[in-house]
Amino acid sequence: MPDPRFKILTSASTSGPGDAGRTGSWRVERPVIDMDRCIPAKTGKHACHLCWLYCPDNVVSKDLEPTIDLEYCKGCGICAQECPAQAIEMIPDADFIKGADRE
Amino acid sequence: MNPGGLDYNYEDWTTIMNMTAKTSVLNLTQEEFIYPGNRACSGCGLSILYRIGLKALGRDCIFVVPPSCLTVMQGLFPIAATQMPVLNCTFASTAAIATGVRAAMKRLGRDTQVVAWAGDGGTSDIGIQALSGALERVEDIIYICYDNEAYMNTGVQRSGTTPQGTLTTTTPLSGKAEASKNIPAIIAAHNPAYLATCSASYPLDFHDKLLKAKEIKGLKYLHIQTPCPPGWGCEERMTVEIGRTAVETGLFDLYEIEDGQMKLSGPSQKLLGKTSLRPVREYLEMQVRFKALSDEQINVMQAEIDQKWAGYRDTF
Repeated sequence: MPDPRFKILTSASTSGPGDAGRTGSWRVERPVIDMDRCIPAKTGKHACHLCWLYCPDNVVSKDLEPTIDLEYCKGCGICAQECPAQAIEMIPDADFIKGADRE
Repeated sequence: MNPGGLDYNYEDWTTIMNMTAKTSVLNLTQEEFIYPGNRACSGCGLSILYRIGLKALGRDCIFVVPPSCLTVMQGLFPIAATQMPVLNCTFASTAAIATGVRAAMKRLGRDTQVVAWAGDGGTSDIGIQALSGALERVEDIIYICYDNEAYMNTGVQRSGTTPQGTLTTTTPLSGKAEASKNIPAIIAAHNPAYLATCSASYPLDFHDKLLKAKEIKGLKYLHIQTPCPPGWGCEERMTVEIGRTAVETGLFDLYEIEDGQMKLSGPSQKLLGKTSLRPVREYLEMQVRFKALSDEQINVMQAEIDQKWAGYRDTF
């Protein structure tokens, strides 16, 4: 019979996303996928998915039209670098802020 | 059953894995064992390895982790990024604690896989005596060393595996004077059940080697070269590219040793057929940490690589 106090005495963490907060705020550049060039989106078949494979933070989905979870994407750009069709472009995050005036 | 399809559960996937010799991007499971939003740096090579490695290990395993970048990555109280149990231990005791956990699992009659996952400092400098002991006792654990070639977690100090001439915060001007230790060779001298070298740029190769290691009894050692953008001085997006260049220039070779037989694997085996490899200069110029290397040192390095590969071409 385990000691009933065991649960109180340990400080075990519970698993969940975002232990460092919303890591999307670390990002300087945001990956944007061009669906006309993306291989699975263009052919309608499951192929390639290298962005999903190499993403260190598993924010890219393995769908026919891959989506990126911008809440947690740290903006490293590995997906853009590894995409064989050059379908992913890194665009400065500041461009997406409403009312941003970048001359 | 449809190996190319994507709608199957974990059991189906395991059957498919046993059927197909090689994993491809398409039949790699979509199930994730680590949550996004962890404390790893942007573009971390270890993040890729950890994510793909966990897919190969499955849910029935316990991790033993000494202080390293992985301690930071697995999460701080009260949230853990990893979905599996992780036991944190002191630097020097990794393999000893893994031995103890394995013994406890044996006592409970469970087949739970015990995985010790340490950095290069925790393996080559501080934890080597415990690892050597566990190797000698032939403990049934998997020991993974991710080698980012310095103490990255504490701020890029030189370690035993840092290559000669590398700039680190403790060798800031002319680079490290001493040559690096060849850890896989030290482990191989213990005659382990299974030894493999992997690279963060070939996660599927790592995945397949882990699947193989799971089936073998005895101590399985995996050594992985892991590019680290802040420590190596490169852009975050170059992580995978740099690791690939290290393999394609012949500087880091991927091999496995089973029953004392060495075999080059996948990406390195392909290089055997080529008459000339990419010059090592391409790899060195990608990183700030090699800025202090003189032309003479680079030529010596290139000559060593050429000699190594001439030997490989004769043997394999």
